[in-house]
Amino acid sequence: MPISTGRSTKIYALTWRLPIIIWQFFFFVGPVLFMVAMSFFLVKNYRMTEAFEFINWYKMLTRGYFWDSYKYTILISMVSTVCAMGLAFPAAFALAFSASETTRRWAIFLLIIPFFTSYLVRTFSWFVILSEGGVVNAVLGHIGLGPYTMLNTHFGTLVGYMTLTLPLVLILQTVTMSNIDKTLIEAARNLGCKPLATIWQVIIPLSKTGLIIAGIFCFILSFGDFVAPFYLGGSQETTLPILILDTTKSGQQWPRAAVVAIMMMATLFAIAFTGIAIAYRKRKGA
Amino acid sequence: MIKSRNNNIIGAPSRRRLLKIGGAALLTMPFVSRAWASTIDINMLAWYGHAEPDVVAEYAAANNVRFIPKYYAGGDNMLALIAQSPPGTYDIILSDAEFVQQLNLAGYIEPLEASDYPLDDMLHEDFKEFPGHWANGKLYSMMVRGGHLGVSYNRNSITEEEAQSYSCFWKPELEGKVGHFDWHLPNLGMMSLYNGNGGNLWDLDGAKWDAVKDTTLSLRKQAGGFFDYGGSFNGLKNGEMQAMCGIGDWITAPLEKDGAPVASTIPKEGGIQFTESYSIGKGSQKADLARNFIQYMLSPQGQVKSAQMAAYPGFCVTKGGRAALIKADPAEAKRSHQMSGMANDPIALINEGRIHYRDIPQQQSLEDWNDFWSEYKNA
Repeated sequence: MPISTGRSTKIYALTWRLPIIIWQFFFFVGPVLFMVAMSFFLVKNYRMTEAFEFINWYKMLTRGYFWDSYKYTILISMVSTVCAMGLAFPAAFALAFSASETTRRWAIFLLIIPFFTSYLVRTFSWFVILSEGGVVNAVLGHIGLGPYTMLNTHFGTLVGYMTLTLPLVLILQTVTMSNIDKTLIEAARNLGCKPLATIWQVIIPLSKTGLIIAGIFCFILSFGDFVAPFYLGGSQETTLPILILDTTKSGQQWPRAAVVAIMMMATLFAIAFTGIAIAYRKRKGA
Repeated sequence: MIKSRNNNIIGAPSRRRLLKIGGAALLTMPFVSRAWASTIDINMLAWYGHAEPDVVAEYAAANNVRFIPKYYAGGDNMLALIAQSPPGTYDIILSDAEFVQQLNLAGYIEPLEASDYPLDDMLHEDFKEFPGHWANGKLYSMMVRGGHLGVSYNRNSITEEEAQSYSCFWKPELEGKVGHFDWHLPNLGMMSLYNGNGGNLWDLDGAKWDAVKDTTLSLRKQAGGFFDYGGSFNGLKNGEMQAMCGIGDWITAPLEKDGAPVASTIPKEGGIQFTESYSIGKGSQKADLARNFIQYMLSPQGQVKSAQMAAYPGFCVTKGGRAALIKADPAEAKRSHQMSGMANDPIALINEGRIHYRDIPQQQSLEDWNDFWSEYKNA
């Protein structure tokens, strides 16, 4: 009898899991497998033909510009992650520990609102603000500064990345820190822990998992974003998403674009799994 | 009772009312479906703007047709879209002239009857037998418009005299202010012209190709960005870019009309002509309509619409079209130098040998050029 109960429990659980398994298979595993296969195809007369050739991998991985783009994309995504985490932390801290429950809910609602509009439209609005004749330079001009070139620079790209990632990072950090048991912070303060030390030794360790997840999300979104480096960065430095576009634009080299995409996925998997391993690693003795 | 009456008011119809509405709808159906049926859809594959109302609305209303556009950016993109679609998907294909030959070789377009088109009215002898448009004595594509690419610049930073040479792109004050249209062909073509390759700008041996690469790389520190149509437009408009390589009047004209201090000119080293031509898609079920539309676009009325296209202007290719433009819109004719005797008249520039038709590399592959372009962007 116990055996039969266990089996039916497994079938019951599987029934509930099945939709997500099917979904993941058709919309994630399937396309990824096709992309891997596609990276070995050839393009003849602008049409992909099935083949098993390593030429696309050889062509892409032996090009200096591929590795330049790769290094730059990792670097700018890391800078974006550091900036977003740094900018979001004080605000999230204030919302989690100083704001009332109502204020926090309103703040989270307001942070969600940007997602109601197109990211592309939000990015284009920066043209009005950041251009040499734009709002920022007009304000700076009144105090005798500028004009500064902000569009088509690394700074422009970062502004775009912040537009994309900052609200999400802020929401994740706020939710994470709001769930910290406040009595632990009070205990630390009662035991003589100074405010900065409390943040460093109590709050950050307790919210480590959420903070790392926020950082991973920020890195993933920045790493794969095409809009910010193309429109606000002016393609001054080619990121991997721009390289995918360039590769498909001329000669319709989708198989070579697939090579770039696979390299991007492999990188993101490595970074995400490392981050998650760190996030959930238990302390020694814990 | 009151409840029942309220229900009727709110919307639950009585049986009689329902029958009345149903009957009326039933009787109206044939008229509705007939009206739908008489509007014929024409599928067009083209650069952005060619199937927009400012160009086709009059024709569509007069002929009860509706244009279903599929817009592309770049000849490669166009060829790929056709290659991935079943025959007969596109009734009309607008392509850059240098890709017509490839369309024909791949069997994507129908031959045209030359006598259907005003070849005798073409403004230039070259336009009658444009390279690649004829094969084995058969016409496959009709040129409908063109435009010239050269130095596009902001008048506040570059004088008209300076713009007479591509060397203005290297002006020290323009460091980080020279934009590129993000396509290797026009940019490297211009660098080839600057290197003095003239009419052989696409036919480069190893040494000349290396020299073009060196010249291009020397421009990298001046480059302020790589843009698509919208980006080029914005860059020049907001002053972020003071000069642009790889474009011409097709981008500066709309800005100029809005009062921006920008212009395009053909420098002494020469300029490049982009040429746009219409073909009828292989297997089109509406070939007659497609032919009729191409005839319209080559008529004086159609040529004026093309010259005034809101997305990007192009010059008239027929004598009748130019005459009609001068009459209908003298300001645009003057702005675009489409008047005989004007300096930079597009036809005079061709006659003077200062314009070279855009082509694909003769001794290198497109892939070689694209690879170098990616290298340049990362340099």
